[in-house]
Amino acid sequence: MRDFDYAAPTSVAEAVKLLQDHNGSARPMAGGTDLIDQVRVGRISPDLVVDIKKIAELNVLQIGSDGLHVGAAVPCYRLYHDAMIKDLYSALTDSASIIGGIQIQSRASIGGNLCNSGPAADSTPSLIALGAVAVIAGPQGNREVAVEDFCTGPGKNVLGRGEFLVELKFPARSANSGSAYQRFIPRNEMDIAVVGVGAAVQLDASGKNFVSARIALGAVAAKPLFAAEAGKLLAGQPVSVETIQKAAEAARAIATPIDDMRGTVEFRKHVTGVLVMRVVQQAVERALKTKSGNAP
Amino acid sequence: MAKKRIVSANINGKQTEFLCEPRQTLLEVLRDTLDMTGTKEGCSNGNCGACTVRLDGRPVVSCLVLAVEADGADVETIEGVAPGGDLHPLQQAFLNNAALQCGICTPGFIMQSKCLLEENPNPSEHDIRFYLAGNLCRCTGYDKIVRAVQEAAGCCGKS
Ligand SMILES: Cc1cc2nc3c(=O)[nH]c(=O)nc-3n(C[C@H](O)[C@H](O)[C@H](O)COP(=O)(O)OP(=O)(O)OC[C@H]3O[C@@H](n4cnc5c(N)ncnc54)[C@H](O)[C@@H]3O)c2cc1C
Ligand code: FES
Ligand code: FES
Repeated sequence: MRDFDYAAPTSVAEAVKLLQDHNGSARPMAGGTDLIDQVRVGRISPDLVVDIKKIAELNVLQIGSDGLHVGAAVPCYRLYHDAMIKDLYSALTDSASIIGGIQIQSRASIGGNLCNSGPAADSTPSLIALGAVAVIAGPQGNREVAVEDFCTGPGKNVLGRGEFLVELKFPARSANSGSAYQRFIPRNEMDIAVVGVGAAVQLDASGKNFVSARIALGAVAAKPLFAAEAGKLLAGQPVSVETIQKAAEAARAIATPIDDMRGTVEFRKHVTGVLVMRVVQQAVERALKTKSGNAP
Repeated sequence: MAKKRIVSANINGKQTEFLCEPRQTLLEVLRDTLDMTGTKEGCSNGNCGACTVRLDGRPVVSCLVLAVEADGADVETIEGVAPGGDLHPLQQAFLNNAALQCGICTPGFIMQSKCLLEENPNPSEHDIRFYLAGNLCRCTGYDKIVRAVQEAAGCCGKS
């Protein structure tokens, strides 16, 4: 492997300084499950790897009336072992449980999944559906960016020099809300999504109508997509196959996938529609079982 | 070249110090520096599970861990599974069930199965296949491995 130096700062300020001082040749590392192989095959060539796992803020996992805070280095297994997250932020549990196998999940973080900014990243659609906000630290202090605005292209995102992700903040969930993530892959596990869909819905007290919905798509464009229109089509509508179908069509309309060995454009668009149907229905089923949330 | 680091880790219950470059993986150091060649290298990119070890109690692929990250950590490798040379129940079950042919994948499967059984002493066949999905075997077709783990189940759960 190419030569590089290693630092493991214990504070956000120290990490910002290290990243800034190295003029773009330093790279943050959380679980290393993307980064180490990328260095090995020569896709990236950092002079300094900044291990951010030893910073306390990056290991926070806190759920309360102000929502959910997930430190950027929290590995997947901590997320899917948390019963409250499973109940209230189910899409996140779905995503964390399918990123790689058990060994990968011991190390891989959701923060790394987002910052790697792959179009098929399995957690990003869930983050967007759940309305997560990225808290970014940098030389000018902290700033916040909605996750749907975070990725800008394959492997690209809004992070500037000296900046790194500190945590993901999720708004509190109410009663009668539910969420889900599913991906289509030819195997049962350990594969890259052909299409991935995340959805979060809020139903009214009767459980018969949508109050609001957020839908996001993975692997069908150069970056994960927020299907805002599709979600709006559900707001105020009755929970029925017909209304969900309309949302699925709207989602399919914004998909601009590529042809590759995993699927053709036509196939991916079709699967997008099918998965949106299934995922919204699953989110509805979960919403019907959610009698109380963490919202005050 | 980046300065070498002194790393101190508890490996299989023994406090161990080694010198490594930041770019060296834990797999590389275990095999090439510490002569612990029980841990195997298959793909070196996280896909095959042959290099599975335990790091602070969690199964990880050691080809995607930097050796410097092991500083202060607990590491358990296949060499620690049969202290004194008495086979672990999982190892015996792999033999009983002919759950290996070339054997390259076996240390990884044993480590991963051991973690499974400590977490879940009575796994279903589905649980076993799911937990072992990150371990590849080109020889056995997996059935015999699953049967071996089923036979060993109950033997090595934390009591
Ligand atoms: C065998 C295998 C299977 C996989 N399966 C899947 C899968 O099914 N689905 C999927 O989506 N992914 C999969 N992955 C990819 C990878 O595991 C995930 O993307 C993982 O979530 C990355 O997290 P990490 O903590 O390991 O990131 P790292 O490798 O540490 O970092 C990834 C990238 O993000 C940057 N970065 C990390 N943290 C920060 C931060 N806080 N601020 C700024 N930049 C940061 C790094 O510089 C690097 O560029 C797989 C990988 C392997 C090896
Ligand atoms: S050698 Fe590490 S997973 Fe294959
Ligand atoms: S026994 Fe040969 S790879 Fe598994």
